[in-house]
Amino acid sequence: MPTENLLSIKDLVLHFNTQKGPVQAVDGVFFDLGYKEAVVVLGESGCGKSSLAKALLRLLPRNVSKYGGQVYLEGNEIMGMDEEQFRQNIRWVRMSLVPQAAMNSLNPVLKVGDQVAEPMIVHHGVKKEEAYNQAAKMFQHVGVPVDFLDRYAFELSGGMRQRVAIAMALVTAPALVILDEPTSALDVLTQANIFNVLKRLKKELEVSFVLITHDIATSSELADRVAVMYAGQIVEVSDAHRFFSEPLHPYSRMLMASVPRLRANVEPEFITGQPPSLLNPPKGCRFASRCPKRFAKCTEEPPVANVDGIQVKCWLYTS
Amino acid sequence: MTNTNLQEQKDLLVVRNLKKYFPVRSGLLQRTSAWVQAVDNVSFTVKRGETLGMVGESGCGKTTIGRTVLRLVEPTSGEVSFEGRDIIKMGQRDLKPLRRDMQIIFQDPYASLNPRMPIGESVMEGLHIHNIGQPKERWEVAIKMLKKVGLEEYHARRYPHEFSGGQRQRIGIARALALNPKFIVCDEPVSALDVSIQSQVLNILKDLQDEFGLTFLFIAHNLSVVEHISDRVAVMYLGKMVELADRDALYREPLHPYTQALLSAIPIPHPNIKRERTILKGDVPSPLNPPKGCRFHTRCPIAIDQCSQVEPEFREARPGHWVACWKVE
Repeated sequence: MPTENLLSIKDLVLHFNTQKGPVQAVDGVFFDLGYKEAVVVLGESGCGKSSLAKALLRLLPRNVSKYGGQVYLEGNEIMGMDEEQFRQNIRWVRMSLVPQAAMNSLNPVLKVGDQVAEPMIVHHGVKKEEAYNQAAKMFQHVGVPVDFLDRYAFELSGGMRQRVAIAMALVTAPALVILDEPTSALDVLTQANIFNVLKRLKKELEVSFVLITHDIATSSELADRVAVMYAGQIVEVSDAHRFFSEPLHPYSRMLMASVPRLRANVEPEFITGQPPSLLNPPKGCRFASRCPKRFAKCTEEPPVANVDGIQVKCWLYTS
Repeated sequence: MTNTNLQEQKDLLVVRNLKKYFPVRSGLLQRTSAWVQAVDNVSFTVKRGETLGMVGESGCGKTTIGRTVLRLVEPTSGEVSFEGRDIIKMGQRDLKPLRRDMQIIFQDPYASLNPRMPIGESVMEGLHIHNIGQPKERWEVAIKMLKKVGLEEYHARRYPHEFSGGQRQRIGIARALALNPKFIVCDEPVSALDVSIQSQVLNILKDLQDEFGLTFLFIAHNLSVVEHISDRVAVMYLGKMVELADRDALYREPLHPYTQALLSAIPIPHPNIKRERTILKGDVPSPLNPPKGCRFHTRCPIAIDQCSQVEPEFREARPGHWVACWKVE
């Protein structure tokens, strides 16, 4: 299998059972990610991007109806592993998560130092003292004063709590960290600070990131690659430089055009209509009903075309 | 006509030395142990027909200002005059007819509509409260307003849960418009919406402003959004207004170091634009115990001794460009 990629996802599927029927939250997601790279998964609310994070880490609720596909991490297929193997060797060892609203995901009755040290004790079986030293080291990396180890979550500001959550994900030195909307609840200055920390960590710790977000402008700070998600599917995978100057998929183009820009003379646009329900998504291209460029072919499922290394799921680019 | 009358014609809302301190109670007897200075000595005017944007980080007091000028929150002290009448001194009876002219659009379109009321009834509720027209006429007004925001007549009988976030925010706009107000406080009206529909709501607000001659106080934390909709922009920090200027002047030449930092922190989604970014150290201090002198001096990259001692005056440094900073000539 390809070993030049840290992460390689092929046809990942995660459906949930609900009273109204199966919800196709993740439906055929694919992308590759190299070592020391960051991929941004862009998508609007309800497109399945947080479910993608859960699918990768196997943090699944009980009502899963379908879960499959192939995920290669450092060359090893991890979807076939049993639960115990996955827990011992993958989750929080090679791949960890900074959850959405991380600032509220800390335990309010434990000192933050204990929480950051805990993965070391659980996964690497080290003594408490050593785990604490490692936690202190991580605090320095993310820019939290070391004496904050003895504090409780409520004593920290939102930005500091977010940094603690990042430290907790990094403490076991995983190869890959998944960040689910890491800055969406924070102010613009704090956001800029956190992104500077992430950029530095990528260099210093040689870690890769999957950054899941709806914030296009902020994500461009960190991205090496971009994967655009729409209604449970990936519609475009591109390198960041080319994506931010010229996206290919009609949805990516309209999404980029809707971002208000500073000191720009162009008015931002908007996309009419709303995304389809994932309960019963339309056949063919899922964006077709809102797409200004749709034509007869779009009622059939579009293939993934390769345009100079950019993967686009759209009939416009099939020759 | 005298000069003051002319000025009253131009200024719809005048705010003078507005203060709002919230008490912090503690102990068994719930005695007031401290005060949170949410808004401290803020003065500004909103001209007829303009959009005044108000930006700042969370906790800087911008929402409190929005609510105080509508008297949804009682101020600690200060003066708010709407069309030349001081609304702070008014009793509730005098205030009620004025409320027709002053409306608000709330931030969260999921929480601000009654889930058990068809949206047509939500929109006409204000007409009912102010006893305007017969029920049938009220319903017609509601439908007219829903059409103005791009919804259809059949939507009026539906419930909020049947609508998307963008549609709900448009319903909130229709409801604010039903009483034909002069002044609307827009409290973060698009920050809960996906970026792909934000500009739709912004465009509707702009079109309606032209059509009805509305005046907006537009509160937001996103500087790019504020730039698109505002004529003038005010910047808040820790309960104080630090800068107020025409939009173009503020974005082209921000004078206050805090505004400069805010503007430089905005990411631009283009790989070829690399900018010098002023990143401020630390967090916003607690409004319970704000720093002495200039409240920004603890994080300011250009602070001098004077800044920690004496509070800078909010003054007109350039024509129409107000700023509170010792370092600005």
